[in-house]
Amino acid sequence: MARAFTPKVITANALIEGDVIYLAADDSWTRNLCMAELITDEAHAQLRLLDAERRSNEAVGVYLADAVPGGNGPEPTHFREDFRRKGPSNYAHGKQEEANHV
Amino acid sequence: MYKYNDFDAAFLAERNRQFRAQVERRIAGNLTEDEFKPLRLMNGLYLQLHAYMLRVAIPYGTLSGAQMDQLALLADKWDKGYGHFTTRQNIQYNWPKLTDVPDMLDALADVNLHAIQTSGNTIRNVTADHFAGAAADEIEDPRPVAELIRQWSTDHPEFQFMGRKFKIAVSGAAADRAVLKAHDLAVRIVRDDTGQTGYQILVGGGLGRTPMIGKVLNDFLPKADLLPYIEAVVSVWNQIGRRDNKYKARIKITVHEHGLDDIRSRVEERFAQLKPTFGGFDQDLLMQIEAHFAAPAFRDAPVASFDRAYDSDPLFRSWADTNLTEHRAPGYAIVTVSLKKHGETPGDATSDQMRALAAIARQYGHDELRISHEQNVILPHVHRSDLPAVYAALRAVDLHTANIGLVSDIIACPGMDYCALATARSIPVAQQIATRFDALKLEHDIGHLQIKISGCINACGHHHVGHIGILGLDRAGVENYQITLGGDATWDAAIGERAGPGFAYDEIVPAIERLVRGYLDMRQGPGETFLAAYRRLGLAPFKAYLYPEAQANAA
Repeated sequence: MARAFTPKVITANALIEGDVIYLAADDSWTRNLCMAELITDEAHAQLRLLDAERRSNEAVGVYLADAVPGGNGPEPTHFREDFRRKGPSNYAHGKQEEANHV
Repeated sequence: MYKYNDFDAAFLAERNRQFRAQVERRIAGNLTEDEFKPLRLMNGLYLQLHAYMLRVAIPYGTLSGAQMDQLALLADKWDKGYGHFTTRQNIQYNWPKLTDVPDMLDALADVNLHAIQTSGNTIRNVTADHFAGAAADEIEDPRPVAELIRQWSTDHPEFQFMGRKFKIAVSGAAADRAVLKAHDLAVRIVRDDTGQTGYQILVGGGLGRTPMIGKVLNDFLPKADLLPYIEAVVSVWNQIGRRDNKYKARIKITVHEHGLDDIRSRVEERFAQLKPTFGGFDQDLLMQIEAHFAAPAFRDAPVASFDRAYDSDPLFRSWADTNLTEHRAPGYAIVTVSLKKHGETPGDATSDQMRALAAIARQYGHDELRISHEQNVILPHVHRSDLPAVYAALRAVDLHTANIGLVSDIIACPGMDYCALATARSIPVAQQIATRFDALKLEHDIGHLQIKISGCINACGHHHVGHIGILGLDRAGVENYQITLGGDATWDAAIGERAGPGFAYDEIVPAIERLVRGYLDMRQGPGETFLAAYRRLGLAPFKAYLYPEAQANAA
């Protein structure tokens, strides 16, 4: 029996800045995982992935990452995606730094 | 130190111009990422977890003050004010933007530096003994040979799209400080019975998922044969090396599958074809290069000021005891500056620290700096009378940690804090181990102990050759750390033995502490290092300290 589809977000790195981006439901790229579209249907996920991959002048290395619904939008299920969401643990750089500037 | 001639400068300017145009075409949509990726990798540009990463070569680990100043400028202008020195004598910038990279490369070219072939399936940055030209046990400075290999391999048309990368290291000393036996090819300057110098050539070493110790392919190669012989080795491998599986593509697998004798006869055959085509220009070039590496004018001066500081200042004495190495010139010392302050990221230096190192090198160190594969900075030529002043200047920028060769002098790859390939974090494990042993005030008592940490099987952190190796893995979505014991990165190279089941992230530091306390219990005295004790006792008694529950259950 095929494994049940688990919810996903579409993520990539931005072409110019190289930082982590996620696809939102309105087709924009967002820097915040909590703003990403959480995709719960497999066929929809594949279509969204195809669409995102075509935007190769904005995004590099597009893929589907596992996520779960949280109180404030999607949350990662794997520690790698958690680091991508936040930034490195040795300095407050990356997204955690940007969050402090807001 | 090698200074670019007009040809070198024009070559690099043209290469940078090409890459600038490639970046422009990528941004304009005229190159796909698949087309662009091999081009950017060939110029040292990776896309990592949080950003692009630019890896700049520091050929054979040698830098002038002006070059170090420029590395600081890049860190301030286009990055976040720091750089990360790696186990292959490179510096990595973790936060550049794609649009800034062409300017960064031009700024590097201004001081004769580049990022060419720091990635991709090419011959990579040539590494060397970081004490080259200074060590007391040296037969010959290996850097002219390393520079010759750098020039020959740069943009070599036959070796731009190989089955996999190819790493070369060079040493000219009795002791191996360049991990020669973990390289695809190593050149070791040796002397024969008649006093002639030549080269011992090793092949087939490498770490990664199939760690192997390099083997002697040629015990004594005449000096004039070096380049055609190396070209023959790379050429043979490039033809018969496997391309069906990237994990079996390195020359260590080719040597393993074909056998050393078969490889040797193929190399001899290819060498016979190649040798006449070289015609001696390589030797002329080597002679020109050698002139760039003339030893500095060492001065003869009293060392009383060193002795006074050593006798009166216990902090200076502690630093001098751990961070100095014997120099070949009387009255001089080699200074290793630790980039391993307890709790800091191994190998990281801020732009202020880089500029301070450059200034110290100019004032006290014949304007020379080295980067070691152990991720520290070397001032290779310092007169002992200047050491108190050097120590004070290092203290002013927090670079005076006295821990070279000790438990906190840890090699750690960037791991999952930065690297897209990583399966677990390395840096925080290193930080916590260093902080823990500093708090215990045990590290000088423990003595020489090398811990090396990799955040994935590719082994950039050299964990296989650590006395204690730590490998971070992803086990069912959780970070898990495997320990290997008894590895050795010297001429007696050995691959560490896996100790047993791995440890969770919050268990790894206590496990290392139990292991080291076990060593202190079992050693025959302070003269017996961790590695010596391991070789005497074997794995079993150390396992008892690592896995006390298993021991209790078996009882």
